[in-house]
Amino acid sequence: MTVFRIEVTPSANCSDPQGEAALHQALQVGFSPTAIETTSVYLVEGNVDIASAELIASELLCNPVSEKVIIGSSEPHADSMVEIHPQPGVMDPEAQAVELAIERLLGTKVQVQTARRFDLHGIDANEAEKLALRCFANTVVHEIHTSPYYPSAFPKGHPHNMVVPEIPISELSDNELETLSRESHLFLDLEEMRGIQTHYKNLNREPREIELETLAQTWSEHCVHKTLKATIRYTGPDAINRPNHEEHEDGSVTIHNLLKSTVAAATYELMDGEVDWCLSVFVDNAGIVKFDDKHAVCFKVETHNHPSALEPYGGAATGIGGCIRDIMGTGLAARPIAATDTFCVANFDHDTPAGCLPSRRILGEVVRGVRDYGNRMGIPTINGGVWFDNNYAGNPLVYCGCVGVMPIDCIEGDAQQGDRIIVIGGKTGRDGIHGATFSSAELTDTHADEFSHAVQIGNPITEKKALDAILEARDHESGCLFSAITDCGAGGFSSAVGEMGEKIGATVNLEQAPLKYAGLTPSEIWISEAQERMVLSVPTEKVNAIQKICDRHDAELCDLGEFGTPGNELILKYDGEVVGQIDMHFLHEGYHGATRTARWKPVPVKQSGANEINIQTMLPKLLAHPNIASKQSIVQQYDHEVQGRSVIRPFVGPSGSAPSDAAVITPVRGSNKGLAIGSGLATGLADDPYLIATAAIDECVRNIVCVGGDPSTIAILDNYCWPGVKDEESLGRLVRCSHGCYDAAKAFGTPFISGKDSLNNQYTTESGETIYIPPTMLISGFGMVDSIDTCVTMDAKASGNKLVLVGETKQQMGGSHLLMIDPDANCDNELSSTSLTDGPRNAKFVHSAIKSGLVVSAHDCSEGGILVAAAEMAFGGNLGLDLQLKNELLCFSETASRYLLEVTPENIEQLQKHFDGVPIEVVGAFNDGKALHLGDATWNIDELMQCWLTGMVI
Amino acid sequence: MEYRRVNAVLVDWDGDLMTKALIITAPGINCDLELAEGFALAGATPWSVHINELLENPTIIDEADLVGLPGGFSYGDSIAAGRIMANLMRKTLYPKFVDALRRGVPMIAPCNGFQIAVQLGLLPGPIPGSDWSDVVPQPTVALVQNDTARFIDKWVEFKVPSNTRCIWTKNITSTPETSYIPIAHGEGRFVPANETVMQEIEDSGRVACRYGANDNPNGSIGDVMGICDASGLVFGLMPHPERFLRWTQHPTWTRLPKEQLQGDTLGLQMFKNAVNHTKQNTQASCVEQLT
Repeated sequence: MTVFRIEVTPSANCSDPQGEAALHQALQVGFSPTAIETTSVYLVEGNVDIASAELIASELLCNPVSEKVIIGSSEPHADSMVEIHPQPGVMDPEAQAVELAIERLLGTKVQVQTARRFDLHGIDANEAEKLALRCFANTVVHEIHTSPYYPSAFPKGHPHNMVVPEIPISELSDNELETLSRESHLFLDLEEMRGIQTHYKNLNREPREIELETLAQTWSEHCVHKTLKATIRYTGPDAINRPNHEEHEDGSVTIHNLLKSTVAAATYELMDGEVDWCLSVFVDNAGIVKFDDKHAVCFKVETHNHPSALEPYGGAATGIGGCIRDIMGTGLAARPIAATDTFCVANFDHDTPAGCLPSRRILGEVVRGVRDYGNRMGIPTINGGVWFDNNYAGNPLVYCGCVGVMPIDCIEGDAQQGDRIIVIGGKTGRDGIHGATFSSAELTDTHADEFSHAVQIGNPITEKKALDAILEARDHESGCLFSAITDCGAGGFSSAVGEMGEKIGATVNLEQAPLKYAGLTPSEIWISEAQERMVLSVPTEKVNAIQKICDRHDAELCDLGEFGTPGNELILKYDGEVVGQIDMHFLHEGYHGATRTARWKPVPVKQSGANEINIQTMLPKLLAHPNIASKQSIVQQYDHEVQGRSVIRPFVGPSGSAPSDAAVITPVRGSNKGLAIGSGLATGLADDPYLIATAAIDECVRNIVCVGGDPSTIAILDNYCWPGVKDEESLGRLVRCSHGCYDAAKAFGTPFISGKDSLNNQYTTESGETIYIPPTMLISGFGMVDSIDTCVTMDAKASGNKLVLVGETKQQMGGSHLLMIDPDANCDNELSSTSLTDGPRNAKFVHSAIKSGLVVSAHDCSEGGILVAAAEMAFGGNLGLDLQLKNELLCFSETASRYLLEVTPENIEQLQKHFDGVPIEVVGAFNDGKALHLGDATWNIDELMQCWLTGMVI
Repeated sequence: MEYRRVNAVLVDWDGDLMTKALIITAPGINCDLELAEGFALAGATPWSVHINELLENPTIIDEADLVGLPGGFSYGDSIAAGRIMANLMRKTLYPKFVDALRRGVPMIAPCNGFQIAVQLGLLPGPIPGSDWSDVVPQPTVALVQNDTARFIDKWVEFKVPSNTRCIWTKNITSTPETSYIPIAHGEGRFVPANETVMQEIEDSGRVACRYGANDNPNGSIGDVMGICDASGLVFGLMPHPERFLRWTQHPTWTRLPKEQLQGDTLGLQMFKNAVNHTKQNTQASCVEQLT
């Protein structure tokens, strides 16, 4: 065994864009190199002679037109150098591909590591290492070398003593139980530990490590959502006359299962009424609704917050990867056709707390992660947003969503007695262990060290191969080759097999799992969250057919055991020996949450400040506000058109730079029916979590309606991101928010079909200060577009057309972006409330007006208010605009349920008839000029567009 | 009907069964469905085959009337875009492609396909008049990382040089507003090995399409967007014509006057050019055999 080192650099006739990008990055964060050269480094270990090494170098690694290659390591040829290598055991997707290519080239197996070398001019070694830490490497997953790294051999895993220890708990005191839970990262509370203790006492034995781990994973907040399913005694307003709300004399209520009594209750009540198109809600990996007679569409949104805090690139990439697997694992597999992403981070100029990464770097790497994974999977990322608040500094939020389409006869599957447990996709490694429990814990400054193994880098190609193979198996000529499928997410095999076998039991042979390296214990194999793995339940006679398909796609397949045991048990074996045995009933029903108390009190309205509002100077500031400013520098890095389904893109207008309210795609090739995808997230209203829910649902509906979606066909998803909920107030805010979800979903007729909660989003610094994120509720939704020809965009179309405002504007400025920019502005500070009668009514009318062709463009009036929305329409269409508003100071009010419509003069009258009883008002007219006028204020639209384009650039 | 792939053969298309369009998929290839749709709408029957099947049985290529190398990230674009895929195809498949070209089979290679084709020796091919070499020639052009070092997705202006030999882009009609096409790539900067190569390609009409002079998204030399071989049959380009088959895919279709949205889109015209070429070609050869 020898190791060869091969270096590839751009040749003289070709510039080095990566070097230039690295230089730009370095200068941006205050380092002062004069130039940076980059080199790709490959380490190849195997029975390879120098001749073969030269063949690898010339045939495979180097393109003679644009690159030069050397074997060995070139002398450092600048003032300093750093080399970034992945830590041993960290996924290196490129290395895997190179190994395969070399094997096909030489016919011999080799091991490969890849690295990137930076030669830096103008800074010394010490500075270079600092720079590497700041910009190029994350020590959670990378090693930094300051001289060329040329090992004589690769590090190897070692065979492991496979004994699964018993953990004696029968004699433990409450304190000892809590210590055990904390120190072995089980994150179970005392109640749960006691439950386990009693259960094993009755069995007259001690639990094995692997059994405790399984229970911890299955009972983790992440997997069972204890808090949202808990029984809660709640004291607060608007809590009576609600489903499953037991009322008490003191005015408080007992809520039996918060989720069931609010979010889910709304859905089931709507399904009892007019909503007849929900096919599967809350039970599967994604919610499923009917698209047409032959097809269904499904939608899931996940969060990946804690991994993204430690390693944003890997965290975001595996976040989108996991959400795509949810769609692959819905029903009998759906085809992913669109992705969404929403991020919440601190302002770029905010001081970074010790132990955290700078906000700009977090956002930049999160975007790279989503880009590299989504683009490689061939799934267009078409909707999302970025929100800025300094309380996200230690705990950023990364929401990843995915939409899928499937034949309508593939919406259900169940594992059958005697089916084989088949795993398709990636190998199992030590990576991602304890992800489920880790995500249910709170972040502290030591987490980066304690939990680095919970962080992973994904390999999208492994997942793409699995996807290709699975869809081919689903569409097999003899019919679908599997009876159920799910993804390996949090908890790994333990959750996936545990859920699929819940009703019938399962026997698992852990030694069968293909491993990335030797040395994993049975427990590690069982709970590893290694990425890109799908679990299928396959009738024995169909295993060969699936094997053939997987072979063709280079997708790895393994037979992990069998579904169905006499006693409905989960039986874990290693080399034939039983290493764990759990009763499925106890595993899934054994958890009994205690009753929790929660309370919420209205927060008093702030006093108004004294600063007079200057309309002229405020508009440019608002357009440049990072929440409002263009996200084009992010979205352009995503392939948002792959699969060729685009009808309405994230950016529209003649310049291709105007902000679309929502995206429209055609899920079914050749069909004229479209799917509009939008989202809503209300910042600033956190003082009353009821309002963040109602406002977000109203915004999501508005966005979908503005592009032509039918509000009576919108299905939505809830994604709670909350700080810790141990205290009554925080839990109270959660209840208050859930009441908002119920009321708005009922009012708008938009059923929740799926959702997810991520609690404990807070960060404790070394000094012991805890930064709590603001309660955050993302609402994602999709709705039908009967005929895509009726779609409209928000860019103004023609001079002479009128601008019409639909909906009432209220004084309430609380939570507005005006107040974010000037907290002392002189205005009504009451929080902006959403009218649940106006909202649905306005949506209905606007939709019918669009459908009947009365509207040439429509724009949602949201962040920043009317003036911002009107300006976006004007510069979006490269037209001037004269605005007249009754009360000009209200042009920054962010009252919900409002729309701006562009209408031809001849249609105005008809529109007014159409909107009989709905407050509408002609507020302006477009012209061929370059100016936006409002009263005494005047702006040049090109300058406004520049403010908006340059306000937030990564 | 959303198409299903059954045993590597596309079903639910109503193309002309006489004309088979071979579409080569691989791990990481992800634009094969839209490419299939382009061929189908142009009247051919798409026929999707995985690279591993093709390597086992290269004679499959002999049955193809058209060939498509789709876009995507073959093998993750590890090392460089298209590098590994091209490497796997060099030994056994290159000669088969050359045979197909001698039969007059049109081939399209958008994006990743283009990156593969130039490393597989299919583009820019031998200079007019000289025949294909029997072994894979050294590449003379490359598609390297965008000068911005970033992946970029946008629509760009599409121009066809008057002297092009490309059968795919000949006689394409469009208005200034509709003469746009989507790109989505990180490694699309066209660079020739030297100026002589560039001159030969220009002079021999092997530039098939260019970016608008002020709309070059990646720093390509000579604003080159796509090239063809001397026969004009092999067409490699960075953009995705298969993503512009319907007018509702155009980025500003909601503001263009209806009369501009008539007839075939830019993308569909390319596929029809090739499919019609094939049909005439087969008719011609039938006539030859008869006489």
